[in-house]
Order: sequence, then structure tokens, then C-alpha cells
Amino acid sequence: MEHATRTPAPPPAGDRRERAPARGQGGVRRALTRRNRPGQWAAWAFLTPLVVYLLAFYAYPLYRNVELSLRDYTVRSFVRGDAPFTGLANYLKVVRDATFGPALWHTVVFTVVSLVFQFTIGLALAMFFTRRFRLSATLRALFLVPWLLPLIVSSSTWSWMLNSDSGVVNAVLGAVGLVPVHWLTSPDWALWSVTIANIWIGIPFNLVVLHSGLQAIPAQVHEAAEIDGATGWTRFRRVTFPLLRPVSAITLLLGLVYTLKVFDIIWIMTKGGPSGASTTLATWSYRLGFGNLLPAFGPGAAVGNLLIVIALVFGLVYIRVQRRQGTA
Amino acid sequence: MTARPRRIGERDDIGRTPAVEREIDMESLDRRRRVAGLGLVVLTVAGGLTACSGSSGGDAPAGDAPAGGASQAAGGGTYTIWDPYPQFDDSSDWVKLLGQCGTQAGVTVKRTGYDTTDLTNKALLAAQQGNSPDVLIVDNPVVSTLAEAGVLTSTDETKIDTSAASPNLLAAGQIGGKTYGIPIGANTLALYYNKDVLKKAGVDADGVRDWASLTAALEKVKAAGKKGITFSAIGTEEGSFQFLPWFWGSGANLTKLDSPEGVAALSLWTDWVKKGYAPNSVINNTQTTSWQEFATGDFAFAENGTWQLANAKKAGFPYGIIPIPAKDGGTAPAPTGGEFVSIPVQQDTARYAVSQKLVTCLASTDNSLATDTTLSYIAPTEEVQAKQVEQNPDLKVWVEAVKAAKGRTSDNLGTKYPKISEPLWKATQAALSGSQPPQEALAAAQTAAASATQ
Repeated sequence: MEHATRTPAPPPAGDRRERAPARGQGGVRRALTRRNRPGQWAAWAFLTPLVVYLLAFYAYPLYRNVELSLRDYTVRSFVRGDAPFTGLANYLKVVRDATFGPALWHTVVFTVVSLVFQFTIGLALAMFFTRRFRLSATLRALFLVPWLLPLIVSSSTWSWMLNSDSGVVNAVLGAVGLVPVHWLTSPDWALWSVTIANIWIGIPFNLVVLHSGLQAIPAQVHEAAEIDGATGWTRFRRVTFPLLRPVSAITLLLGLVYTLKVFDIIWIMTKGGPSGASTTLATWSYRLGFGNLLPAFGPGAAVGNLLIVIALVFGLVYIRVQRRQGTA
Repeated sequence: MTARPRRIGERDDIGRTPAVEREIDMESLDRRRRVAGLGLVVLTVAGGLTACSGSSGGDAPAGDAPAGGASQAAGGGTYTIWDPYPQFDDSSDWVKLLGQCGTQAGVTVKRTGYDTTDLTNKALLAAQQGNSPDVLIVDNPVVSTLAEAGVLTSTDETKIDTSAASPNLLAAGQIGGKTYGIPIGANTLALYYNKDVLKKAGVDADGVRDWASLTAALEKVKAAGKKGITFSAIGTEEGSFQFLPWFWGSGANLTKLDSPEGVAALSLWTDWVKKGYAPNSVINNTQTTSWQEFATGDFAFAENGTWQLANAKKAGFPYGIIPIPAKDGGTAPAPTGGEFVSIPVQQDTARYAVSQKLVTCLASTDNSLATDTTLSYIAPTEEVQAKQVEQNPDLKVWVEAVKAAKGRTSDNLGTKYPKISEPLWKATQAALSGSQPPQEALAAAQTAAASATQ
């Protein structure tokens, strides 16, 4: 019987709410808050998994990493959890280390050269693929292969190709009468070799993002420019490139963050060698933490955090530039 | 993402200019939204960086705990064993042996195989979380690190009898007068040679007894149009491992890297590369890639370990093995490879009694023979070594090499060894790649090692 009395109950409540607006302003507000409360809970419920995820997998590791870098961890204190707090000692140690200068420089060269070539070649290919021709989609899909390959596969392949004695690259050089280059084993070439491999791997990403950016530029703009008598190059420089700027900026930023932390390619191809010639901050951080029989977690974490700071700085610069453009 | 809203707004019947205007409007709106979203993207991506920054490892045990956790959850009946032999699955003789030892001790064994480079950190993290395995089988140079961290029990505490093991092998697990485990087997380095190549070059392998005769042999091989020797000088522990027989064979000591003897050893390698007796690729060779070079059949010699014996038989050319010669003749002490069986510290010390039974079972004479045959190792006791040679005369040279071998952490170096090894492999790479002459490279290495081990 209870059931019967309860069922009709909601409609009147709903009725009251429906009618509420007619009763004036106060009624509206009360009705709105009452109606919103369950909605708000639902919103929080939807948000919770994301927040928990972010806390568990981003905030906590970040916090742990910062904490690791501020304490003097030895294997003993790591196990016992009683590492003394040493402030910025690990950072000082890392910055004063003889490896720091070269590693930073290698990181800069590796990142800048990679980005310039990835972006230029990616954009050129994207322009090429805006034309419609037979098999263009198939060809574009093929260009994605480097991106889809697991890095261990592509890096190993590169290191075989660049092998001093049995690599195909030196075989080709030899066939055309050039002296072989010690791609991976000469301190002068190792950094260039890993950069070349990284450029090859990064082109598809630039191609895909820039291609979709180009698709988004309305054809009318091009038509208008054409009517005004702009030729191919001018049209690219004055119309396409400026309209592509937001997409280019995000492509470069994502590329930058990705390239800064590149580790697998270098580790597989040269292990950061020979004698540190291709060591970047990312590989150095790994080597400090895991590359030795005796792990140095503190300094390793410090180098990792420096990398995060560098990426963050560029992210903030990007946001600032975007905001200025947005208000201009 | 940027494309969609504009496309929808586009219609033929709408004039060109308004359409563009609307797009610009939408774009700026879009852009503002994007800017807001970007803060999140940057943070997220930067957070992703930590995953690669080599130090978020502290969080790993959450995901890796089950094996260790089981030891606590299941209590008395189940004992966990971690080993660095992931190549063996449950159907292998090795895992069956673990099961048998468990049955004999009246418990169930839960075994997990890890990659050997992974195992040190896994063991440290497990100790930090208080869920160490009951028995840990770990690479010998790591024993002193784990012992110093207080992760391992000494054999006095757990009453493990180590008297049968060869003292030179046991030394790698000894630090400060205590022993922290028992070797399960040993491997080391020697020189494989290709009989066909030597024959063609007119070299007699038995005549290679010191550095001079080896270099002369390499010269002849090169003159005959073949390649001399391949080894691994990669910038990791493997590089130091391969260089040590030459370093120790010159009479040098790890406490003084830039001694004239040490410089002589590095000069030997450097000259080989310079003169083309060894390929330039040695700088990047792991022991596996170095073996692949030898397996092409072009090389006369290869410095490699016991574990390649099975591959040598498959190589398709007749091969022989000689010990690595010391500078002025005799067998050079090569570093020992191979693992120790140890018992990590537990909160519940009552567990040690069963763990001791498991360790003793694994190290017993009969099981040792089976295990070391499976692993392609040389046994740690003379009794079993003799049996191995009886079964397979090929192993004689290896047994001798193991007898002459020396633990990397021996000489009471312990946890100082890794701090010396890293400058050493760096110096090797610098000299071989030509960026520094051997003397200078080793002097720099000595400075680095001295400041690191202070």
C-alpha cells in the first residue's frame, strides 16, 4: 500500500517545481538550487575518476620524484626510508658534474635540430599531400609507418644500418667511393646519428598534425589570394603559413616535450656513448638511476626534474604567446 | 580539432566575407578555450616525463608487488623465490628443480623470473616495502650492494654451509668478513677462435700464450684478409666486464686505474682498433652483438663467455677455446659471472629455517650438476666441476678459466666496485673512439673514481 501512496507523490513535487517560476524570483532561485544539487553530485561523480587518476598517476609520482631529488639516498637509506633531507645538494651535485654541461648542450642540439627538420620536412610533405592524386591516401598511410613501429624496432634497425663495419649506409658510401663514417662509434658523429634517426621517427607526427591543419584552412582564402594575383610561394608565405600558425605552434610544443625526453632511441643506438658523446639529460638521468650496479636515485631524480622544468618553461612561454595573440 | 566548427559554418549561400569573419570569431573563441586546456596538457605531458625520468621507480612496487606480497599473504605454506632466469618457464628443468626442493622442505614454492638488470632495483624496492622474497638469486656483483643496504642475511645467521664453494668465487659475496650467499654456478670469459680462419692465416692457436703472440697472430690474420678479434667495449658494465681480463692480466689493480700496467692494457685494445685488428664497432658491441660478428665466420678470435657454447656448436665452422693470456704469459684472471643464492632479511625470522633448506637443496652436489648444465655454467665446487668435465671434455678450459677468475667486487672493494667500473668503461670508450689517449683517459677515470669512492 505504501507503494501506491508513494508513486503518485513525485508528480506534485514536479508540478510545484514547474509552477514555481510563476511565483516570482525567490521561488526560481530556490527551485534552481534544489534541482542543481543532485546534478552537481553527478558532476563530481563523473569528475572523480579523472581526479583520482591524475592524483595517483601524475601528482604522486611527481611528488615522489621531487622528494627523491631532495634527499640523500644511498641503497641503505633507500631501503630503510631514512634518507636525510639535503635540500638542493643533489641539484648542486648534478649541475657541477662534468657531464652536465655536455649533456645539456647535447639535449639542446638534439632537440632543436630534430624539431627544425621534423617540422620542415613534415610541412613540406603535408603541403604535398594537400593535392589530390591517385594513391595519395595509401602513400600518406605508408608515411605513418615510422610512427607506428615500436621504438625498439626502429632504433635497432637504425643501429644496424649505421654499423661501422657491416651497416648498409657505409656499404653505400663505399660503393660511391666515399670513406666510411663511424656513425655510432665516433664521438664526432654519434649525436648526429641519433638525431637523424629521431628526425625520421618524428616526421609522421608533424605530417599528420600539419596536414589536418592545412585541411582546415578554407579554400576561399586561397581563391581570394589567387584572384589578387598571389603566386604559389607568396600564397604559402602570406596565407597558408600565417593561418597555420596555431597548429604549427602546438605541433612544435608537443614535439619539443617529446624530443626533450627521448630516451629509447639514444639508449638503444649508442647508450649515450661513445664516452658520453651522445648523452642527453634524459639518458643521463636513466644512467644515474638505473644504468649502474649502484643506483644514484637522488641525482637521477634531480636531472629528471630539471627536464620537467625545461618542458614547463616552454609550455608557459607558449601559453603566453597564445594569450597575447588571442587578445591582439 | 580546429577544423570541425568552421566547416559546419560554411555554406554556399552565405557570402564569402561573412563566412570568413565568422570563422575568425569562432577561431578566437576556440583559441581561448585551447589556451585554457593547454595548461592542463602541459602539466599532463610534463607529468608523463617523470615516468621516463628514471626515478619514479619508487612507485613501481605497487604494480610489481604480487610475487612478494604473496609470501606474506599465504604465510607458512608458500615460499617465494626470485631469479634472473626469465628464459625458463614452468616446464623447464630449473623451475621443476625449485618445485622439488620446495616439496622436500615441505612447502610450496612460488617462483618469479626477472630480467637480470631489473632484479637489483626490484629487490631494493621489495626490501623497502617489506616484502622481500624468501630466496633471492642475484648476479654476483650485486650481492655486496644488497648486503650493504641491509637487504640480505649473512650465511652465519641462516646457517648455510659454504665450505664446499671455491674461495675465489665465494669472495664476490663476502664483505667485511661476512658471506652473504652461496654461488649457484659461475661463468667467465675466454677466447673462442675460428679454426678455419687461423689455418688460412697460418696461426697456431696453441702458440698464443701472451699479448705479443696474440697481437702477432692478429697481424697475420689481417694480412690473410680476415678480421682479427671482436669483443664488447660498450658503455655499460658489460664493457668493464670484458676489459677486466686484460686489465688484471697486465697486473693492474682496480684501486689505481692509471697505473702503467692499466695503461698498457688499454693501449693494447686501442692499438688493435687503430690497426684494424679489431673492428671499430667494438665500441658499441654488447657481448651478444660481438658474438654475432664472430658467428659470421670472418673473425679469428672472439672474447666471450661460457654461455655461448651452445651457439658455438651451431656456428657452422670448427671452433676452439683458449684462456685469455696475461701480458707476459699464463692465464689472465677473468672476472666471474654467475649468480648467488641468498636469503633476504625477513621480519618473521622463523622463515629462515625453511629458506635455508631450499638454498641447501639448490646448492647440493646433485642439483648443482643439473642446474649448471641447464644454465651452461661451471659449478662452484671442485667435486661437481670434475663431474662436468667428465661429462663434457669441452668444459676443461672453462673450468681452468673459472679457477683463475676473480670476482669484480673481490679485494674487499664491495660497493666501491660500481663507482670504479663506470669511470673505467668511460675511459675505455674514450680511448677506443680516439677522443683521448689511453694514459689521459685512465688518469681522468682515476680522478673520477677516487672522488666517487671517498
